[in-house]
Amino acid sequence: MERYDIIIIGGGPAGLAAAIKAGKDSKVLLIEREQRLGGILKQCIHDGFGVVRFGEKLSGPEYADRFIKELSETNVQTALFSFVTDIKHTDMFYITYVCEQGVKQVTCDKLILATGCRERTRNGIFIHGDRCAGVYTAGAAQNLVNMLGVMPGRKVVILGSGDIGLIMARRLTLEGAEVVGVYEAKPTPSGLTRNIHQCLHDFNIPLYLSTTVTRVFGSNRLEKAEISQVDEKMRPISGTERLIDCDTLVLAVGLIPENELAGDLSVVLDAKTKGAAVDQNCQTLCDGIYACGNALHVNDLADYVSESGETAGEHASKPPHKRKLVNIAAKGKFLYVVPQMLDVNDDVSNVIMYFRASEDLSNQRLTVTANGREVFSKRYLKLLPPEMERIVVDFSQAGDLSNITVALEDK
Amino acid sequence: MEMVCIVCPNGCRLQVSDDNGKITVDGAKCKRGVAFAETELTCPTRSVTSSVKTTVAGYPVVSVRTDGEIPKQKIFDLIGVLSKFTLDKKVPIGTILISNVLNTGVNVITTTDME
Repeated sequence: MERYDIIIIGGGPAGLAAAIKAGKDSKVLLIEREQRLGGILKQCIHDGFGVVRFGEKLSGPEYADRFIKELSETNVQTALFSFVTDIKHTDMFYITYVCEQGVKQVTCDKLILATGCRERTRNGIFIHGDRCAGVYTAGAAQNLVNMLGVMPGRKVVILGSGDIGLIMARRLTLEGAEVVGVYEAKPTPSGLTRNIHQCLHDFNIPLYLSTTVTRVFGSNRLEKAEISQVDEKMRPISGTERLIDCDTLVLAVGLIPENELAGDLSVVLDAKTKGAAVDQNCQTLCDGIYACGNALHVNDLADYVSESGETAGEHASKPPHKRKLVNIAAKGKFLYVVPQMLDVNDDVSNVIMYFRASEDLSNQRLTVTANGREVFSKRYLKLLPPEMERIVVDFSQAGDLSNITVALEDK
Repeated sequence: MEMVCIVCPNGCRLQVSDDNGKITVDGAKCKRGVAFAETELTCPTRSVTSSVKTTVAGYPVVSVRTDGEIPKQKIFDLIGVLSKFTLDKKVPIGTILISNVLNTGVNVITTTDME
């Protein structure tokens, strides 16, 4: 049984970044289920990646390629087309995976989960009606168009105004489909403002807010979608239903961190992020298990996915120490704050924190306090739930770190 | 008039005024936003990403983009050119497939490494 210092599961942006950092001083294996590295970036052929990190507008595959090339200069081993089926945690981690050579077992001292996220499906949002063909998640439709060169349909309804929905509206329009509209149950668009402009306005694709798909009709293939307006609690309003002719429904209705393996390992999850609860080094409550990227919380920029991968990879390659974890309390209108804990026995001088507001807010003041003493504050003119914020906090001069609070208040 | 800068994910909300050709831009966090507002008023341009079909095993299509921006009204002309193009061999990332496409001075390059 081959033994590694660190095994990373998932070869997308988080896993690649983690592997590059971890591979500097440790014996590392990167396990990827697909035949090529890059994860979902392979099919995200639109540009806009890497603006934060490289100061350039790259497409997804180009962004991934930078990391794949860098990885090839390290000693990191990769196992492609390999699917992890079981992890046992005793004195070490015992990992079983299936690959072209058969079933293999490897061991490691530390484990980094970079398994990304999954899309919510039709079942996850209770769309009633016929079980016809033509209902896709946005990622599945994107894979068909951008990887396989196959059109999912001709007349398309898109549900969800998140970035993936907007990008697919433009992509399908460019490839000749008619996108009859993007429908969003919330009263405000979920995607980045720039994508509303360059994906919808540029192509005259209508956006309908406070509206959702409630039922689908079709004997073999989708024929009609029933659209209803919703009230402020996102419940369909009876009497507002109307039928729209379409052969394709693309669902861009949210992403959920993939934590099947984390669950098997009894890693404690955060109900708000739906990913693992971690300290500032992306280490979960289980010593030696790290989580990063979209498996940790759903990011809106790949740049931050890579950043948390680097945090995890760098820390995992350091010798273990006894942690002392202090809970970080979030007060105010937060959707979530990551990390959820601070390891006060480790470096606390450069703590990267990510957060989202739970609703559209203006004129806010964010303060981070340690035992009532302010260590960081920042004012925000505008905070929107779809736009994740990032701050770097220095706790090293704060003194007593027994009670840490992040607060958001009107200012 | 109000405009949203699409240069980067910040999506700065710009206040743009055009006083007889003298364009002033407020609200841009960087100078690229000012440049964006100016071209958007005179000749709006976009970079385009798409894919072209290939005859290479394992790659039914390969991703491409323009290496600069083309006039917005030429986007569908470009898509027409791409739909007629077939790549018949493996090429490294960044290979120019079509140079000076539609006389825009812009090239179409691959964005996936097939090696």
